Amino acid sequence: MSGATNWSAIGMFAIFVAFTLGITAWAARRTRTRADFYAAGGGVSGFKNGLAIAGDYMSAASFLGISSQIFGFGYDGLIYSIGFLVGWPVILFLMAERLRNLGRYTFADVASFRFAQTPVRCFAAVSTLAVVLFYLIAQMVGAGQLIQLLFGLQYLYAVVIVGVLMTLYVLFGGMIATTWVQIIKAVLLLGCATFMALAVLYQFGFSVEALFARAVQVKTDIASAGGLGADQAAAKGGSIMGPGTFLTDPVSAISLGIALMFGTAGLPHILMRFFTVPDARQARISVLWATGWIGYFYILTFIIGFGAIVLVGTNPAWVDAAGALRSGNMAAIHLAEAIGGNLFLGFVSAVAFATILAVVAGLTLSGASAVSHDLYASVFRKGQAKSDEELRVSRWTVVVLALLAIGLGVAFEKINVAFMVGLAFALAASGNFPVLILSLFWKGCTTRGVVAGGTAGVVLALVLTILSKSIWVDILHNPKPIFPYIYPAIFSMPVAFLTIWIVSLLDTSPRAAVDRKGYLHQRVRAETGIGADGASAH
Amino acid sequence: MAEPEADDSGRYDEVLADPRYQRLVKRRGRFTWLLTAIMLAAYYGYILLIAFDKEVLARPIGGGVTSLGIPIGVGIILLAIVLTGLYVRRANKEYDPLVRALRDGAPQ
Repeated sequence: MSGATNWSAIGMFAIFVAFTLGITAWAARRTRTRADFYAAGGGVSGFKNGLAIAGDYMSAASFLGISSQIFGFGYDGLIYSIGFLVGWPVILFLMAERLRNLGRYTFADVASFRFAQTPVRCFAAVSTLAVVLFYLIAQMVGAGQLIQLLFGLQYLYAVVIVGVLMTLYVLFGGMIATTWVQIIKAVLLLGCATFMALAVLYQFGFSVEALFARAVQVKTDIASAGGLGADQAAAKGGSIMGPGTFLTDPVSAISLGIALMFGTAGLPHILMRFFTVPDARQARISVLWATGWIGYFYILTFIIGFGAIVLVGTNPAWVDAAGALRSGNMAAIHLAEAIGGNLFLGFVSAVAFATILAVVAGLTLSGASAVSHDLYASVFRKGQAKSDEELRVSRWTVVVLALLAIGLGVAFEKINVAFMVGLAFALAASGNFPVLILSLFWKGCTTRGVVAGGTAGVVLALVLTILSKSIWVDILHNPKPIFPYIYPAIFSMPVAFLTIWIVSLLDTSPRAAVDRKGYLHQRVRAETGIGADGASAH
Repeated sequence: MAEPEADDSGRYDEVLADPRYQRLVKRRGRFTWLLTAIMLAAYYGYILLIAFDKEVLARPIGGGVTSLGIPIGVGIILLAIVLTGLYVRRANKEYDPLVRALRDGAPQ
């Protein structure tokens, strides 16, 4: 199927595009002010926002990446899924309601609430753009590769199509259209994954044990065909039921755990979703729905991955003699074809494309709001910008970001997508997350502390990544990595916390007194929402 | 936007002095940090197990191939959902009425 034009996939995707563009046209008529554009007027219900969050979060990387990881390594894929999920309860307990009560359009509203606006917003905007750009590159490259394979389109065309469609959604429909694209995509993806998991389980009389046993058998057969003795082959086959080679050293395991868990709580496009609901109660309800949907989705992914071992891993059309996929990470896509033939393959392909579109739309909107709301309106115009002026800047930024995303998507065609996603999470966990937590919970936190610590965390995460094997050896071709681990967050996140703490303690500036004095009032508003009423109305 | 305290400053001082506010903050704080601690302990316990003793998770249970890691892994996913559910239920029932009373109680 690779490279051949798949008309059923293109047809179904065309229906999705036509439908979502219709919604965008409808949303465009409702997008008049910056509140509409950034936050859908604050009128999204908790249930809808929960679905939209799930839609924003369940990227093609998690659907295709994790199911392929399970296909290859079995149990290890589940470790990833769990890490992606456990950030959500923490977001609910510590952040969701406070974000809603303190902020209006961007997480920088919250981070800078009691601090000097200019320095904190500059930091927040830069760190938002860094996270958004890395995540965008990952999504664009993923999109290009996926569409090339599924639809038989050229990589360049695929990237341009994603860029143009995403621009149309965000430019005209703002947050309203973005939210609906995410909701539709979430429903499609959940429906599609449910069907696949049920179809797999059906073949095993709904016994997961029977599914696992068969998967172990398949892996054992592949190992013995590869020349291993009976005992070794059985051990190799059985290894898919436990944690294996994927996390070799303890430091990397914990570091990845930190990045996944706390990175989620620092992703600007995710945090932004809490400004679309009317109040703290709806913010809370949206996290419950999101956690439920995402958890359910990861359990499905696990079944799909094991189903792929059995149904895809035995088909020589898709795997080579060693049992590795010819197509890289398309296990779920092949499984769709094995289950439902060409038509279902087309449907899943269209859903995968829709998935990427929804995620890039959310990312672009959050990047644009960082430029227009934080940099232009708050820093450059000192909060005096009119709604129309701010909107104009935001829309131009959308166009610039889209061009940038297309350009970078083409330039980084060969980059490892999972690595870029990991980097975005590490940056978010090392910059935005410590800044938000300490500004929300520590009275002594000051402007200088936040800016110094947040910057230290982001820069250290970047530098350690450059010095690690992924870049220092694989891209820059040095013989040995200077930083011996794969993931930086175990060092960069504590450094950020520590720097904020020390710099704040030593800060004796007049501004620091104002910062500390503001804490109690900030806390009242964060806890009760008093003063936040109608925050999204103007 | 830049200085939102300006308008509501007096009202915030009233709420700060209100014993109901102190009670709300204390109760909710205790509950949320407890839930956070449970989630962190479960997740990092799991990660440490992976880091230092992979064998435990790979051990088969019930005579088949299904390993102990499967119920533990799925259990952590379910725990995350249950904990969020517990918090939302208590917040809706207990904290929201308190917050509402505070908001209505404080004069304009």
